[in-house]
Amino acid sequence: MSTTNRRFAMTVDTKRCVGCSACVIACKTENRVPDGCYRDWVVQETSGVSPDLRLEIRSERCNHCEHAPCVSACPTGASHVNEGGAVLVTARKCSGCKACIAACPYDARYVHPDGYIDKCTFCLHRTSAGGLPACVTVCPTGALAFGDLADPESEVSKLLASRPFQVKHPETGCDPNLFFLE
Amino acid sequence: MGTLSRRQFLKIAGAGTMAAAAGSGLSTHWWGLDRNPIGDPGTQGDRVVPTFCELCFWKCGVLAHVKDGVVTKLEGNPAHPLSRGRLCPRGAGGTGLLYDADRLKKPLIRVEKRGEQQFREATWDEALDLTADKLLRVREKHGPEALALFLHGYGGSWFKHLVRAYGSANISAPSYAQCRGPREVGFNLTFGSTIGSPERTDLENSRCITLIGSHLGENMHNTQVQEFADALSRGAGLVVVDPRFSVAASKADFWLPIKPGTDIALLLAWIHVILQEGLFDADYIAKHAIGLDELRRHVADKTPEWAWTHTTIPPEKIVQSARFIAAARPASVIHPGRRVTWYGDDTQRARAMAILNALLGSWGRRGGICIPSSMEVPEYPYTAYGLKPKAPADMPKGTGYPLADEVLSSGVCDASLPGVAEYDIKAWLVYGTNLVKSLPSPRRVMEAIDALDFIAVIDVLPVEIAGWADVVLPESTYLERCDDVYAATYKIPFLAVRQPVVEPMYDSRPGWWIAREIGRRIGLSDYFPWKDSTEYAMHRVHAAGFDCEELRSTGVILGKPQPAFEEDGLELTFPTPSGKIELFSKPLQEAGFDPLPSFTPPEEPPAGMYRMLFGRAPTHSFGRTINNRLLCEPFAENEVWINDGICGEHGLKEGDRVMLVNQDDARSGPIRVKATRRIRPDCIYLVHGWGTLEKGLTNAYGKGASDSDLVTRYRTDPIMGGTGMNVNFVRFEKV
Repeated sequence: MSTTNRRFAMTVDTKRCVGCSACVIACKTENRVPDGCYRDWVVQETSGVSPDLRLEIRSERCNHCEHAPCVSACPTGASHVNEGGAVLVTARKCSGCKACIAACPYDARYVHPDGYIDKCTFCLHRTSAGGLPACVTVCPTGALAFGDLADPESEVSKLLASRPFQVKHPETGCDPNLFFLE
Repeated sequence: MGTLSRRQFLKIAGAGTMAAAAGSGLSTHWWGLDRNPIGDPGTQGDRVVPTFCELCFWKCGVLAHVKDGVVTKLEGNPAHPLSRGRLCPRGAGGTGLLYDADRLKKPLIRVEKRGEQQFREATWDEALDLTADKLLRVREKHGPEALALFLHGYGGSWFKHLVRAYGSANISAPSYAQCRGPREVGFNLTFGSTIGSPERTDLENSRCITLIGSHLGENMHNTQVQEFADALSRGAGLVVVDPRFSVAASKADFWLPIKPGTDIALLLAWIHVILQEGLFDADYIAKHAIGLDELRRHVADKTPEWAWTHTTIPPEKIVQSARFIAAARPASVIHPGRRVTWYGDDTQRARAMAILNALLGSWGRRGGICIPSSMEVPEYPYTAYGLKPKAPADMPKGTGYPLADEVLSSGVCDASLPGVAEYDIKAWLVYGTNLVKSLPSPRRVMEAIDALDFIAVIDVLPVEIAGWADVVLPESTYLERCDDVYAATYKIPFLAVRQPVVEPMYDSRPGWWIAREIGRRIGLSDYFPWKDSTEYAMHRVHAAGFDCEELRSTGVILGKPQPAFEEDGLELTFPTPSGKIELFSKPLQEAGFDPLPSFTPPEEPPAGMYRMLFGRAPTHSFGRTINNRLLCEPFAENEVWINDGICGEHGLKEGDRVMLVNQDDARSGPIRVKATRRIRPDCIYLVHGWGTLEKGLTNAYGKGASDSDLVTRYRTDPIMGGTGMNVNFVRFEKV
């Protein structure tokens, strides 16, 4: 499979996820994420009335949108689309203006203490060479899967073809690539 | 939202191509025409060392990445059966312990300066000489049995050896009488075997999993949660009995929000339904068990309606869930739980769970409870220990817990108060366990310490108990030391090695070295003939006939798979007195206890008070990790779960801070309120281990509340001496 046509995506199986935050820790060590900053995080949402309660647990991160508002908002070209459609920030081009932070519907970006904006990279330093993101590798429940949507045989393609799913904030039209399996 | 169609895939793929082209600098972003590189954070190790984890006691295989002498990240060892390439957050966050700036850095000796107790830094020679001198004096004056060792963690083996050689049998871990002890005794009485650790449940093949207060997922034991998730993904049923809508409960087919303390009533009603409707495994019971008739008579009146009045669970739910559990047998497991020291009748509750497992035919069956095996590794050929030591002093004089099968930490602590036990304990070695938090009634622990001649604490961090020590010996972390080899008792037998990833930091020393140096100073050199722990461990591996180099390079050697289930052709045996599964327990009857589990209603909370329950967070191992800055990123402090309706009654809202005040006026520090539907109105819940008052733990100091400080009461299990700690009630005081 050609590497230039890849479309990286991630699925989060909300049935498997127990919200343990191993993904958060693995990301922080893999990517040297500074204290108090997060490239991924866990959300727990309760609904219903006792005893008919429902709890949704989601490991969240940058959605690496197809039509990424952060990239359009970036005045310097630091926010850009890289291999496999991953949205990255080139630190040396970033002025730290935070226009991307305002544009992102997922609150996925933070200001790095060194002055630039930082976020999830889909671990492109691993995944562009065929590896998996650190969060996917560590996940003890196997709730996270990563792969190439352009490859119908990839794990994410198969999961999305066989399971119901949703994305967050579909109304923004930015076509996110983080899918929550139900 | 629907399912993505193939057409959409193609569309997305096309769009992605365009976007990628733009990113590569061919087109239009009005500046940034130069290439955007893929940055590499540079955490891949130039050296990768296999070892095993010590953030909890599950002992997962870890691959430690070392770059420029720094441990950058920890990954799961794919070859290791307990990690299978994955780790829990704590395992991944081990570097937060290694690089904790608050670590104990030098030996400390207590001194009195102007009437104030202080520590001064000391050399190892000074600290070890002093320790040795005190231990020799204690032996001379009171006999070797007056020394007690409290321990937690795999590195404790060196100190066990030291204390045995010294001549004392007072070696205990709070993980027994304060944690899993009752379940071991309850299952042992029924099946003739304990559960052990890792638990011998075969969740990955279960068709139905039943959790009684166990909160898998929040209680995060790597492989167990892996199997749990796999089972749920396969469509296995799940029944969760918990006053709290736990993470596990949120995934359950049946969440039964039981009134705390009434589990035995529910279990008896389930047994009633399963027997009355003939849903049990009659062939298995006929072949393997005794006592069915007595059991039938015993539960004849334990109807779902009877249980409803105690548990508040509607009878139809009890019937439906009983049928649901039975329909999946024998791959239907009642999970034995882990910390089961709740109400003082815990062995009987474990018995009820064991009996239910027996009726489902799950013991020794795939998807139920497996028969684990282990690899034979000969002991190191030590000089035999001297005289047989005196029996432990872990029970009050003239009484006893006849079926305890390990030494009771709480009892050894009490024996340090003069005249309580057959003889007095006069000195403590404390390894890796913060007794102020791990034993009930902190005040009693402090009184006991006050009565001692000497106490030494061996730890990595300045935990509270270190503040009570005469000598503090700073140990190296698990990433800086080699410990004994680990021959697991598991469904896949294996041998694993813990080896140093980096050199010990500061002036810390590995446990084996500390134990040996104390031993040498008290005339026990013969018991420490090896050069170092690596030589010791590899001697054992070699003697077992395995390749040391292979083990050190892979971290793990798998044994030959042994049949673990009846389905594999395993002949089931039950080493009970009768050689059968004992539904009716004669040993219990002979010891003066109920031969079949009975229900006693729990004490009601006083007006305006709520039963305090405590448990685990996946990011933390009791108080051991609360100072780990990495692990505190997603979970910085505990909060108190209070039913939202009750919050309304007290004018409390989410995020408020309250003190918890118990029935004896013990009070916690301020803790944040979690106002939630996810807990019953008659109880509150908090994660165990927080609220430290030790200023040396600069990250954890003052964060959250200590449940331990509120456990001023406990109810002792008369069968085995476990300390039931869910018997305290609290009210709220606004800060």
